[in-house]
Amino acid sequence: MKVSIKVNGTLHEREVEPRMLLVHFLREELGLTGTNVGCDTSQCGACNIHLNGQVVKSCTCLAVQADGGEVTTIEGLKSNGHLHPMQEAFWEKHGLQCGFCTPGMIMTSVALLESNPHPTDEEIRHGLEGNLCRCTGYQNIVAAVKAAAGTK
Amino acid sequence: MAAAEKIIGSRIKRREDPRLITGEAKYLEDIQLPGLLHAAILRSPHAHAKIKSIDTSKAAKHPGVVAVYTGKDFADVNPMPCAWQAGKVKNNVNTPCVLEIERVTFTGAGIAVVVAEDRYTAQDALELIHVDYEVLPAVVDAEKATKAGAPQLHENAPNNIALEWTCGTQDTTDRALKEADVVVKQRMINQRLIPTPMETRGCIAQYQAATEEWTVWMTSQAPHVMRLLMTAFVFGVPETKMRVISPQVGGGFGAKIFLYPEYCLMAALSRKIGRPVKWMETRSENYIATTHGRDHITEIEVGAKRDGTITALKVNTYANLGGVLSTIAPGIPTTLYGRMLSGTYRILNIFCHVYGVYTNTGMVDAYRGAGRPEATYVIERAVDLVAHELGLDPVAVRRKNFIPPEAFPYDPVILNGLKYDSGQYAKALDLALKMLGYENFRKEQAEARKQGRYLGVGFSSYVEICGVAPSAWIGLPGEGWGAGLWESANVRVHLTGKVVVTTGSQSHGQGHETSVAQVVAGELGISVDDVIVQHSDTLGTPFGYGTYGSRSTAVGTVAVYNSLQKIKEKAKLLGAHMLEAAPEDVVFEDGKVFVKGSPDQSKTIQEIAGAAALAYSLPPGMEPFLDNTSYYDPPNCTFPFGTHICVVEVDKESGEVKVKRYIAIDDVGKVINPMIVEGQVHGGIVQGVAQALWEGAVYDDNGQLLTGSLMDYAIPKADFFPAFETDRTETPTPVNPLGVKGAGETGTIASTPAVVNAIVDALAPFGVKHIDMPITPPKVWRILQGNGG
Amino acid sequence: MYPSNFDYQRAASVADAIQKGSGDGAKFLAGGHSLLPALKLRLNEPESLVDIGRLDALKGISVSGNSVKIGALSTHAQIASSADVKKHAPALASACGQVGDPAVRNRGTLGGNLAHADPASDPPTVVLALGGKLHLQGSGGNRVVAAEDFFLDLFTTDLHPGELITAVEIPSVGQAKSAYAKMAHPASRYAVVGVCVLLEISGGKCSKARVAVGGATPKATLSTAAANALVGSSLNDTALNAAANALSGDLSDVMGDVYAPEDYRRAMAGVYLKRAVRAAMG
Repeated sequence: MKVSIKVNGTLHEREVEPRMLLVHFLREELGLTGTNVGCDTSQCGACNIHLNGQVVKSCTCLAVQADGGEVTTIEGLKSNGHLHPMQEAFWEKHGLQCGFCTPGMIMTSVALLESNPHPTDEEIRHGLEGNLCRCTGYQNIVAAVKAAAGTK
Repeated sequence: MAAAEKIIGSRIKRREDPRLITGEAKYLEDIQLPGLLHAAILRSPHAHAKIKSIDTSKAAKHPGVVAVYTGKDFADVNPMPCAWQAGKVKNNVNTPCVLEIERVTFTGAGIAVVVAEDRYTAQDALELIHVDYEVLPAVVDAEKATKAGAPQLHENAPNNIALEWTCGTQDTTDRALKEADVVVKQRMINQRLIPTPMETRGCIAQYQAATEEWTVWMTSQAPHVMRLLMTAFVFGVPETKMRVISPQVGGGFGAKIFLYPEYCLMAALSRKIGRPVKWMETRSENYIATTHGRDHITEIEVGAKRDGTITALKVNTYANLGGVLSTIAPGIPTTLYGRMLSGTYRILNIFCHVYGVYTNTGMVDAYRGAGRPEATYVIERAVDLVAHELGLDPVAVRRKNFIPPEAFPYDPVILNGLKYDSGQYAKALDLALKMLGYENFRKEQAEARKQGRYLGVGFSSYVEICGVAPSAWIGLPGEGWGAGLWESANVRVHLTGKVVVTTGSQSHGQGHETSVAQVVAGELGISVDDVIVQHSDTLGTPFGYGTYGSRSTAVGTVAVYNSLQKIKEKAKLLGAHMLEAAPEDVVFEDGKVFVKGSPDQSKTIQEIAGAAALAYSLPPGMEPFLDNTSYYDPPNCTFPFGTHICVVEVDKESGEVKVKRYIAIDDVGKVINPMIVEGQVHGGIVQGVAQALWEGAVYDDNGQLLTGSLMDYAIPKADFFPAFETDRTETPTPVNPLGVKGAGETGTIASTPAVVNAIVDALAPFGVKHIDMPITPPKVWRILQGNGG
Repeated sequence: MYPSNFDYQRAASVADAIQKGSGDGAKFLAGGHSLLPALKLRLNEPESLVDIGRLDALKGISVSGNSVKIGALSTHAQIASSADVKKHAPALASACGQVGDPAVRNRGTLGGNLAHADPASDPPTVVLALGGKLHLQGSGGNRVVAAEDFFLDLFTTDLHPGELITAVEIPSVGQAKSAYAKMAHPASRYAVVGVCVLLEISGGKCSKARVAVGGATPKATLSTAAANALVGSSLNDTALNAAANALSGDLSDVMGDVYAPEDYRRAMAGVYLKRAVRAAMG
């Protein structure tokens, strides 16, 4: 089936099997390998991207469901060559170690601040409940989101 | 040196992060090659079975399938080696084959492989393979497996015993127990854990027939060791015929140290098919086919005097090693466990007996901490049990038994010749108690109890062994490790003054590219931006044993440091030549060589590197270039320590446990980058607390993993924790010139007993003295039901 | 992680969906958050998927008369943040805000959730407690089924082949108090036990009550025994303990698993009933 999906501002048209997951479309068809796969039960959030302005698990969405939609991945977060403030904050606060959960974590955190620009620690921790990190103990991720929110 | 002090020890932002926060980093699954094929592995659904026949004909005909193979197609490939066998005892070794041929001993063992043009098709074809099994009875409990009548897994391992090992002295320990004022006995389970790095395992192998050479990309913490084991032991080819690359690796926690059958399978497939083949594990596969950790059943007897002095500790452990042995499985519940049972305490009589046991479960090997969390759990629970028995404050019992600062280097006897390097155990405890406000807490606790609220505090004053290890101690003459355990580094100062460091260590989240650069920059007096740290590729890096056991800084970076000293020596000679001064008159400070007392007339390291590289004018006999390779075999391990304190509240009605505060004082020796160390501690705490409260792999009696996905196996989420309160004391190690000990595992090792001790403390009014982990709400509730709660 | 092959059809209208969905082996795809996880593990290998995710007729939340009508394609996030739902069915807004995680809530739909009838999911319990009605449409026409008649068993509903949930109608709670209290499984975040209460208060006493439990039994279950224990009381500790005991005793067919055994779930139903009542009474 033919799908046309705007990814990071560029429209892509591809013929895909209906069973192809959006994450595989991004990774295999478009070569956008920044979005990672960490589980197969829709738990870990490593594959989180933005679809039509909302954070979504790209492993739990068929590419055909995203047909006609707009996707932003970690690769599309920079603007004019500058890191997004959330990327800067993760770097500054040591909010990552192995980095595998980081793209999904950053995409979720960006969406979190869009809906709640000045979250408390508790709201941040709650907002990240669908993103698993095995390295950081989350403490510096919370610090990064706070820093990005300017609510330090 | 002023500059060095500034850079070494400062919170420099990680240099590996830009590629990670933008998605540009290339993990294994991101690698594409022309003609790349995709493999999917058929795994046994039975824990113990004979394979009677496998019919692959339908799968082979499926469109898009390139080949289907079973174990018989790889009869020429050797089984995986077991590289660390328990020292000085007989090990009954059985290890996995690339695909099992006749029998499987755990659910998830690979028995066939499909290679297809794409991964979806490979998965489709898996469903078309028919296997006829003869299902055999299974045993999953390590203690039961040793008893009469248990199903037998391997002919060479009667009663399923892979190894029997002891340390310490039985007779003196028995005597001391007999003479003790009190003896406390406790059975405790250190449950099986699933490491769960966020990236699963994977491998790509490419074979060039013309040269008979492989390039193998794999998610490995130890690429050099992988190459050595695959070539020398599995394929029987010269080591030079293989290049192993660890690309960006998404966490390991021990599970990515080992040589797994899938890696060798990919190498074999690429040779057979003549095209590159990729296998990327799904999370479901990861849970059954990648190693697990811990899984001990332990009985302890601890003897003490009435004043709290611990006089004897006797430990008997059944360590579950799974259906076959993983690469270093036997070393974990022996050397890294039994030899650390003295903890931070002067205990004169210790005896530890271990059975390493085969069961019909997944392989068990090192998982963050590896043996030391199990030892720390035993001793830190034992101290609380003694305190409970004698009605003493657990803090007082710790103090009473601490090895005092003046006793270092301290020989705990069971360490087989090594000595604890340095320690100030009471200092760390005092700082932690101050942060807690211990006296106030006890008042608050008493008040809360009156209101029916159950607060508890738990302590863990740990010491661990890391920076492994002197080769002569850990190797075959001593602890049975089948190799050395030194590390290597090469430092080159290029003509432009830029420095390239290659190291045999492997970074998969630890930030070596930053911390190593800090040491180089500090020592040479240059900017960290002028240092590149290369690792993880056997082509172009010197041999190294890899990253685990918190050894990369205490061993690997010391090799870098040693090379830097030799480079500085040469720079001084050349600098003196350039200054027309006598070598003995010059010094190297802040990146410059100058005559003592005349810093105005100097040659910078960049100028000297340029002169060395151009070689227009060198002192007689000097070779061009500033380049040095070091091999550092540590004279001792290092022994980080500290005190962790956990405060919990237990809900009496539901059994729910809330972590209210968590305080961690760690002493990891000198610190190169405090930010990175804190990150390691945070992550370690979470993994250790998770064992106490949430994580636990459960097999049913038939050997089916009931916690086979992230739907069931609870790795912690952000909202499970309060913000941790952390600080450090700093007691440098005399073992190495950097004074560094290692920080990768302290959090995990320390935290588990702190949490359990806190819960037991909270439930003291109900007469509770021990609860096995994970301490889930149903478990607490059931105990309270039985104890008048 | 690699679903088996299926035919994919996008429904142009509800009628088209019903026609396409009536075939053997067809399944409806809405947000996909119950179905796709099963497909990824090949626990479910349907022959065809009929994507109803773009049908505007199934979207939107509106208030008419004394009830709020929630289009079946409304996502958990939309429901959790809807001012109308917060006003007229606050416990449902709260429960939808506790489903999965933010990304799940952005895609998962109420209709898909209820049709899946996972007893450990949060919305069925609340829709049941609040007296919700499901608007169904199929080849035989339209019908309205009360929640208590809709959930039949574990993953089993009254939906006929090819029949769709078009909307869920919840009577406004009005002055009544309501709340949903949940013990989440630490891994899956599904309810080990979830209890929803709807309480009418008159003269300081509970005059009418509905109590529903999820997580514990194969389907979300109403407990009249628990409700009766609350009615007539001032909802003090004695009454709550009595209701908790009544609820624990009233549940038949309680499930147990490796995390939470049957007797624990039974006891927790009572504990969480008390928490739900206390939350409702603020």
